[in-house]
Amino acid sequence: MIVLAIDTSTDAVSVAVNNSKQLLAGAHVTSDRRHAELLAPMIENVCAQADIAMREIDVVAVDIGPGLFTGMRVGIASAKSIAQVLDVPIIGVSSLDILARSVSTTDRVVLSTIDARRGELYWSMYRNDVGPSIEVKPPRVGQISDCIVDVVDRGQAALIVGNGALRYRAQISESLETTGLSIEWASEQLAQPSAAVLALIAAELALHEQWQTATELQALYLRQADAEINWQTRVNS
Amino acid sequence: MNSSNQRSERASNRNLTVDKSTVVLGIETSCDETAAALVMGGNDVLSSVVASQLEVHARFGGVVPEIASRAHLEAITPVVDQALTKSGLNFDRVDAVAATVGPGLIGALLVGVSAAKAMALVLDVPFVGVNHLEAHLYAAMLDDPNVEFPMLVLLVSGGHTMLVEVREPGKYQIVGQTRDDAAGEAFDKVARFLDLGYPGGPAIDKLAKTGDAKAIDFPRAMMHDGLDVSFSGLKTAVINHVRKNPNAETKNIVASFQSAVVDVLVAKTIKAAENLGAKTVALGGGVAANSLLRGEISKACAQKDFHVVLPSLAMCTDNAAMIASAGWHRLALTGDTALDAGAYPNLGLTVASA
Ligand SMILES: [Zn+2]
Repeated sequence: MIVLAIDTSTDAVSVAVNNSKQLLAGAHVTSDRRHAELLAPMIENVCAQADIAMREIDVVAVDIGPGLFTGMRVGIASAKSIAQVLDVPIIGVSSLDILARSVSTTDRVVLSTIDARRGELYWSMYRNDVGPSIEVKPPRVGQISDCIVDVVDRGQAALIVGNGALRYRAQISESLETTGLSIEWASEQLAQPSAAVLALIAAELALHEQWQTATELQALYLRQADAEINWQTRVNS
Repeated sequence: MNSSNQRSERASNRNLTVDKSTVVLGIETSCDETAAALVMGGNDVLSSVVASQLEVHARFGGVVPEIASRAHLEAITPVVDQALTKSGLNFDRVDAVAATVGPGLIGALLVGVSAAKAMALVLDVPFVGVNHLEAHLYAAMLDDPNVEFPMLVLLVSGGHTMLVEVREPGKYQIVGQTRDDAAGEAFDKVARFLDLGYPGGPAIDKLAKTGDAKAIDFPRAMMHDGLDVSFSGLKTAVINHVRKNPNAETKNIVASFQSAVVDVLVAKTIKAAENLGAKTVALGGGVAANSLLRGEISKACAQKDFHVVLPSLAMCTDNAAMIASAGWHRLALTGDTALDAGAYPNLGLTVASA
């Protein structure tokens, strides 16, 4: 089974192809918000490197967010369209899941974070001890302090991954040290979700046909559009 | 990475000769309509599907970019599916995929551009980036394939107000435009001030029919001054009039306002058509649906013996048939667009050289 995986939810544009046994080809570049310009040529090149024709793709996998709204949509619109033309299923995986899966087996609770800008984070927590990243805390968006409270409530040594927490590393380290919790930071190379890891997750989900149609697949924003937030504030007051 | 070279080699390998049988899938997501269409040979509309987000934005009194982008992402796949189903064709019959690359809202444009490039890549057919404004010029020809050139197009919408000389498909020049607000923007702002709802154009058009257009003598700015127009002074005049005359009847205000807008647009259009020696005068853009504008431009063109094209409402407002049509012409004139193209929110209508 050939999986094409696309990830554009952070500053990176990441594309990978695997055959459910191994990675055939992949590319990962930091895009400086040029997701739309880079993505289609990258898909073309990665498929060429993997020596597969587009019509050989059996399933398309995409990072559905949370992350950069415009960046995410470039990847999701592309993935939906590829699945639609090929008439193949699509698998959506959250950016936080992909990050959690990129760190190795550990007894620590894995705190997966994505930068939400405006001094906020997207995060969720996982167990990586008995198997591949089992979510123990559903994804949410909030202040750094809210995230720290979540970790403290868990009361367990933590492994922190992702560009969100890295941005506020000093603040988070300081706050958690005072609580006596043991903290470990994942490599900065894992700061952005990678399409190679996404392809791996998708290959497993595909075995159980845990997929959707291109029309069904939805983005995971976690944060409403500003106009929507302001509207509700006005209505509620 | 040398994608553009690979792309053009591939396109030439395919030996796509653009002709009457060439089917272009067009995609439009520049503002608040998600649209897809299949057009054969540049002017044979096989299907045209438009999913409007009007209701989504109405409570905000205007288009909210982030909300528009989210709605485009949800609508893009079903809208393309419907366009294919209605055309009776499947993807195999698509010879090229065209999408609006600008002008428009960046996040909204990128949904359509990304989808179109991905489809073109998988289908192994050319991708064509289309200028939304140029596409509006082709909309008139889609409704009336027998237009004679040169043609003068008045393009009036919520975002644009311009007079364009079209000497032949692909050769055009802007000869007049607004110095400030677009005509549709003036309608929206006046309607919002008078609490008539969003969008303002249809509400004002309807209410004006019951009012006296001569009740108030609103200014006709720049009436005898070149081909540019200006509507911000008129909008201010309406607001001042209402403040000074709180009991003035709304129907008379909007009738007089609309009459001032239409007088200016018609006068400038006729002047531009005379300068050009036009055979045809055409309307385009959402404001071209205005009933007074359609009536007055028809009368004026009849007097001057210009053939007038008043496209159907569906062809005036944003749609993807005009994108597919413009894509067909662009392919024939300048070829395909590299897959590393982006979106260009401020893209202008540049003069196409001869
Ligand atoms: Zn338009």
